Amino acid sequence: MTAEAWPLWEVFVRASRGLSHVHVGSLHAPDEELAVRNARDLYTRRGEGVSIWVVRSDLITASDPDAKDAFFTAPEGKNFRHATYYTAAEGVKHL
Amino acid sequence: MTDTDHGLADADTDHGHVELSAVVLSEEFVSTDAPASPEVAEYAMWLGDDALILAQRLGGWITRAPELEEDVALANIALDLLGHARSLLRYAGSATGRTEDDLAYWRDETGFRSAHLFEQPNGDFAHTIVRQFAAAHYLHPLYERLRASTDPVLAGVAAKAVKEVDYHRDHADQWMLRLALGTDESRRRTLRAMEDVWPYVDELFSDDAAGGDDLFAALDGVAVRPSSLREPFEAEVAPVLTEAQLEPPTAFHAAGGGRLGRHSEYLAPLLAELQVLARQHPGASW
Repeated sequence: MTAEAWPLWEVFVRASRGLSHVHVGSLHAPDEELAVRNARDLYTRRGEGVSIWVVRSDLITASDPDAKDAFFTAPEGKNFRHATYYTAAEGVKHL
Repeated sequence: MTDTDHGLADADTDHGHVELSAVVLSEEFVSTDAPASPEVAEYAMWLGDDALILAQRLGGWITRAPELEEDVALANIALDLLGHARSLLRYAGSATGRTEDDLAYWRDETGFRSAHLFEQPNGDFAHTIVRQFAAAHYLHPLYERLRASTDPVLAGVAAKAVKEVDYHRDHADQWMLRLALGTDESRRRTLRAMEDVWPYVDELFSDDAAGGDDLFAALDGVAVRPSSLREPFEAEVAPVLTEAQLEPPTAFHAAGGGRLGRHSEYLAPLLAELQVLARQHPGASW
């Protein structure tokens, strides 16, 4: 059975209209239609959501966990990257 | 407990936070104070026993399904059915002053009114799916029509059940297609399961079991005549069977008799397991 194990799927659930889909976990399913159904059974039985996305885990390209510094160094000393760094011009009243 | 009492309010909300104190058990039931008439009680027992026996059968897959996800899917379906059984048996018992537990745990085999389809063994996964396929496509048009019942409890149970059964039939349809059109092995097993299970479908549409004709004359507008469900059942299963390249076997129909309390050899062992705890420890609660 292990040789023919079902592929892994990542599940995203949208809690309500206007919100984004959020990753909630993963599951096994033989194909995409059953993946959506399994997700419904595993993740939305208690009113958690109104929409489900599934995607095969092996189709996701992830950032390299070892490339931490190059990708994710905290932007210390680069306050200009934040909007609050800039003062509003006097003429702009509703910013 | 209010949200300010603990720091988890936001995290809980993400997962559909439920205040345990707000879960009121009685709201799980559809019921009124008025007891059922003997005829309505008999009909409620047919439906309630079908649901109870099938729920118990499906429970047999827990920890044994082919994959964890399917384990959960079958258990969810079983729990839906158990919910229907509780409301229906509670109502059936109101005619004679018995509780749902009295009916579930303290009737013997001949007291059960379930049709033979529901007590058929789980077999392999294909047998279970073919049984689910037949059951869900029978229950869906049944509850769809029962929503218009003049009896408020039956109509209320049906309104809740029809949405759940709608999902059960989708689950069964999906698997029928995959098993029938999957591998040589899965198709061979599906054909075998159709031969074994389909003969029990006929009983579901019989009006005359248990003096049913008199019963349904008395229940005009309250109950759904079983014979009136054959056409919608066949209309629902036909496209799936065609797509799955399956022919319903017609050579043999099982004798039936479940509505009269006459059951196959499979029901007694099922009831023994269902009832043993309540009978060994009367009044136990858990």
